[in-house]
Amino acid sequence: MTWTLIILLTLGAYAFKVTGLVFLGGRSLPPIFERCLALIPAAVVTALVMKDTFTNGQELVLDARALGIAVAGIAAWRKAPLIVVIVLGAVVTALVRQI
Amino acid sequence: MNESVPNLPWWKDATLRPAIAACLTLSAAVGVFGFSFGVGSVAAGSTVLQTCALSLLVFTGASQFSAVSVIGAGGSIGSALGGALLLAARNGVYGLAMSRRLDGGLGRKLLAAQLTIDETTAMAVAQPDRRSQQVAFWVTGVALYAFWNIGTLIGALTGSAIDPKTFGLDAAFPAGFIAMVWPLFSDPRARKAAAIGGVICLVTVPFTPIGVPILLSVFGVLVGLQKPVDAPKLEVAS
Repeated sequence: MTWTLIILLTLGAYAFKVTGLVFLGGRSLPPIFERCLALIPAAVVTALVMKDTFTNGQELVLDARALGIAVAGIAAWRKAPLIVVIVLGAVVTALVRQI
Repeated sequence: MNESVPNLPWWKDATLRPAIAACLTLSAAVGVFGFSFGVGSVAAGSTVLQTCALSLLVFTGASQFSAVSVIGAGGSIGSALGGALLLAARNGVYGLAMSRRLDGGLGRKLLAAQLTIDETTAMAVAQPDRRSQQVAFWVTGVALYAFWNIGTLIGALTGSAIDPKTFGLDAAFPAGFIAMVWPLFSDPRARKAAAIGGVICLVTVPFTPIGVPILLSVFGVLVGLQKPVDAPKLEVAS
């Protein structure tokens, strides 16, 4: 992590918030635009799951994390509380590494 | 839900109490997320100070997780920033929704902007009248800011005291991401966008610089170009 990134991200994130709340005010965006924006978390966060589970740098790998995240996924599907999902993911990954 | 009583101060107004309790409960729960961010951020190579600065200044969870995850994997500042800002863009839409509901001058709006995220918007728009919407926004915003940052600090201190890999803490991020994204999958379009985003990421990992697959995954949102069957509505649930 670098301070340059922290500062740029602070400014960028605040710019989005302030643009919507203060500068654009009560206007609404074209529906097609709102629909696409609403789908960003689903697409990008899923990509982050894939990256953090199946990759090591630019390499595709299958290791202990895959099993840990599979268990976390089942817990999320069963509507387990957030803390349970995270702890299960970490503990299962750690246990598989011990084997 | 009942309408609030306008001439009582908000903390004395019994009709607002259930909403305030819900806002505080949600904020405390998000503190757990803050903890996992703190642990994961130092595990990915940030200092405790940098980790706390991210939560204090950036204050939008998914973007913080994304930036740390990409940098931790060895990505460039540009790709880390790009992915994080894609995730921050939706706060602009929340701002549009909140500006119709919040009173106050410019100073107060500039402060409100920093608190305009998934949870504050969701709690506010769920309330029946303008006054309780504002109370819900500010109570959630202030409480969540406190819990998020305390959680981050405790997590960062914990993460720097132990070896993250031994405890599987490198898996805490993807596990947190799964918990974050799963509720969205009740919407079939979100499932489609997620499938496309996930596949794009895995396919492009071997031959693009680290972090770029996260940027490319945004093409999954093109699912939204197609008109939905029912009327389009702003999604604020997270």
